[in-house]
Amino acid sequence: MKKTVTALLTAAATLLCGAAFAQETVKIGVINAYSGQFADPGAQLDAGITLYMQQHGDTVAGKKIEIIRKDVGGIAPDVAKRLAEELIVRDKVDILAGALLTPNALAMGDVSAEAEKFMVVMNATTPVIITKSPYMIRTSATASQINGNFGTWIANQGVKQVYTMVTDYGPGIGSGTAFEEAFKAAGGEIVGQDRTPVVNPDFSPFVQRVAEADPEALYVWVPGGTQPPALAKALAERGITPENTKIYGQGELTDDAALEALGETALGIITAYHYNVHRDDAMNDEFVEAYRAANDGRDPDIYSIGAYDGMAAIYKALEATGGDASGEALINAAKGMTWDSPRGPIGIDAETGDVVQTIWIREVQMVDGKPANVIIDQVENAK
Amino acid sequence: MSTLIAVLFDGFSYGMLLFLLSVGLSVTLGLMNFTNLAHGAFAMLGGYVTYALVESAGWPFLATLPLAFLATALIAAVFEAVLFRRIYKSGELNQVLLTIGVVFASYAVAAFFFGTVHHSVDLPDYLKGFVEIGDLKLPAYRIFLVIVALAVTAGLILFLEFTRFGAMVRAAVDNDKVAGGLGLNINAIFALTFALGSGLAGLGGALAIDILFIDPNFGFHILVPVLIVVSIGGLGSIWGSFLAAAALGIFDVAGKFLFPDFGPFLIYLFMVVILFFRPNGFFARR
Amino acid sequence: MDPKSWIRAKARISPYEAIFWIAAAVIPFVFFENYLSLAASVAVTALFCISLDMILGYAGIISLGHAAFFGIGAYTAGILSARGWGEPISGLLLAAAVTAAVGYIVSFMIVRVQHLALLMITLGLSFLLAELAISFDQFTGGSDGLQGIDTWKLLGIWKFSLWGHTAYAYALATLFVLFLLARRIVHSPFGLTLEAIRENPVRTTALGAPNHAHLRKIFTIAAAFAGVAGALLAQISETVSPEALGFQRSAEIAVMLILGGTGRLYGAILGAIIFMIARDQISGFYLQYWYFWIGLILILVVLFLPRGILGGLERLARLGRRA
Repeated sequence: MKKTVTALLTAAATLLCGAAFAQETVKIGVINAYSGQFADPGAQLDAGITLYMQQHGDTVAGKKIEIIRKDVGGIAPDVAKRLAEELIVRDKVDILAGALLTPNALAMGDVSAEAEKFMVVMNATTPVIITKSPYMIRTSATASQINGNFGTWIANQGVKQVYTMVTDYGPGIGSGTAFEEAFKAAGGEIVGQDRTPVVNPDFSPFVQRVAEADPEALYVWVPGGTQPPALAKALAERGITPENTKIYGQGELTDDAALEALGETALGIITAYHYNVHRDDAMNDEFVEAYRAANDGRDPDIYSIGAYDGMAAIYKALEATGGDASGEALINAAKGMTWDSPRGPIGIDAETGDVVQTIWIREVQMVDGKPANVIIDQVENAK
Repeated sequence: MSTLIAVLFDGFSYGMLLFLLSVGLSVTLGLMNFTNLAHGAFAMLGGYVTYALVESAGWPFLATLPLAFLATALIAAVFEAVLFRRIYKSGELNQVLLTIGVVFASYAVAAFFFGTVHHSVDLPDYLKGFVEIGDLKLPAYRIFLVIVALAVTAGLILFLEFTRFGAMVRAAVDNDKVAGGLGLNINAIFALTFALGSGLAGLGGALAIDILFIDPNFGFHILVPVLIVVSIGGLGSIWGSFLAAAALGIFDVAGKFLFPDFGPFLIYLFMVVILFFRPNGFFARR
Repeated sequence: MDPKSWIRAKARISPYEAIFWIAAAVIPFVFFENYLSLAASVAVTALFCISLDMILGYAGIISLGHAAFFGIGAYTAGILSARGWGEPISGLLLAAAVTAAVGYIVSFMIVRVQHLALLMITLGLSFLLAELAISFDQFTGGSDGLQGIDTWKLLGIWKFSLWGHTAYAYALATLFVLFLLARRIVHSPFGLTLEAIRENPVRTTALGAPNHAHLRKIFTIAAAFAGVAGALLAQISETVSPEALGFQRSAEIAVMLILGGTGRLYGAILGAIIFMIARDQISGFYLQYWYFWIGLILILVVLFLPRGILGGLERLARLGRRA
């Protein structure tokens, strides 16, 4: 009898504490690809979230931060939408985050708007996403932010004609279009356009088309992962190098794997990016070191930094609201915010909620006997 | 002109890679009617064997290739004895589902051991870059790939045409009941053929690393082109697979060179049309 | 017993069935109100699974590309809604009509081929359609998915909200109506003939049954069912992407159907319920490695429960009765 009473009391106490505890918790629902074709960028994104919380604790403005992770398994907007609904209805999350892939981000945006919950896009770069919900900010980059500014920059270098080759899906087409418009507006001419399939890393026929056209310059956009080194190899194997054709692209093109595959043939490729892992900067060095320590020596990439800054935005916004996690309070606090990130100065546009940051222009040069991305110019406060 | 040759060569070498990856499945499907969708998972295994040996044990790339073949053949033989043998007679659907189950599990196992990231291997210098023949630039690695594939094809044909075991396999493919009635041990022939076919897939997987890279999704990605080659080439026919793979490779690469906007749409369309008129493929042995 | 009353006895609705449907209508609303979005998605998947059961379980047609019809239905309803007509029920009817038409055309190819060719043609068709969906981006939104779907209030009264009340009621009602229809079809002489064709096509031909005509008919009906399931998902989630046509979806419903048991309709429903709930629960904490468990379950089911969970239970019950 006594035992039962004690047990009941304990249970009641736990329930009460639990209830009291719940009030002090801010729940963040992360919808991300943890399995399937996009599991790798998904893992990098998740590591960015984890690292930020490791470094900054799990309490902000007196509230405990709780992350609830959901696997969307790839491009699946219907699943992303249902998971977002369930996170809000079932898990009572205050904030939606993640959004690795554009179609999923668009679907999550609908839910954020309907439920009036703050949402942080940590990766997807298609410009239109941000218009889906008035409670949304983005901490990655937009396709036009990088490539539009890059197009203008290239035209200003005196380049007249460019052949473009982009991946045939949303982010690729968006980046290519932004690039072409900016480049043409600055007086350049597009002499050829090709679209490469999303899943077929055999670039040889497309590279042959470029070789045949023999343009002054080539602009490429391919998603990170297996494609940059594959494309880089295809170019080098067919003798297209910066010596005879200027090569431009978004930063993925010369990531470390691609540089390794390319060796010296990469020298002279110029890329634009919002995050440069090897940028010499105290804050970045510390971030990269901590990231490597936590992830078996692996370097952070754009997915990691997008998530890391996404968490920073959430923490800073919560501090500003004193722990009020309502969508209205958080979006008002987040808009116009600026802070220093390992990637450089970063901010949230006060009108759109989109990210404002420095775009780095890098050229592949020999550093200590190895090809590396060296910053040669920068576009500040790029929108 | 040189561009045309370069494009055809790219296509042919890609086709040769597909041939290595699919010839084993063609023979086992033709021999035992066993629909093995896990074939791509064995190719992935070979790829990871080569990756692990090159990157962790510091072996030279070429030396890992025989091991990729042997290790895959051995593990495939174990799978055959423990799992696959039980479902030879239980219908196509069960075979499809069980082997897809193996692919699902292989994805998770590969992700657990090697991470979700894609891997490549560092090739020896003589396989990097391009070889110049006149004004023609051909990728060195693809030349190597074609040589290996042609050597394997020649070896396979000699093996099947001129050895006793080859004669048994041909007999079993043509009519397993009669062959069994004549005293051939069909089960043993099949186990060995299965190991051989999977070993070739493993070799193909190892050779594919430089072109397709290796990641846990490899078993899924490679499955569709492999099935296309096998179904169009015809079950149990080495020449059929060879020609179908070469045609698919050239068609794919040349199609993208000439009509880059059509994408893979044409490939699927042609496959459906061909199978509609020739359900058993072009060179079916039965 | 004469054949007619035998068929009628077979088709009689048992008390267990009534209990199941009442439970399905009541339990989620009362006890699992927070799970209604999931429940709606389970109902849609169950309908899709029933569609596969009709061709695979009853007629023996193995398809690796059944999601093609699911996707066509989803895009039909989605495009209709995005172009300004968001009335849900007429969307379902249009999707059914379009998929039935496509299914009828495709059925002429399907009945001609078997084995690997059948697998590859069904697979190839679904890939082909996915490529088309990506290419015709002015209609479909391309690989980003179709935007701008707005589903109107159901019957002009109930709004679709993120809580999922309307969504579940709508999906369950549609599932129920189509289930009754499917039940009637498979228990009719036509349905029995299909099972006979599955077991021995040579003998049914000898008995004078038009095999191909029968198979084409059931394939067309099943396509329409899949189309309605796709349309339901598009209307409830207000989004469609080329993945709706993808191989993964085709493979997953085959897994569910086998898990539940083929050729008994309720196996399709049970498989969908178990698979979807298991994934929901597992993917909450296992995330990366849940494919391993799915693979393992598939292997074990094929080896030890080839007739699915319901088949296994049936055998247990029979053993119990004999003992």
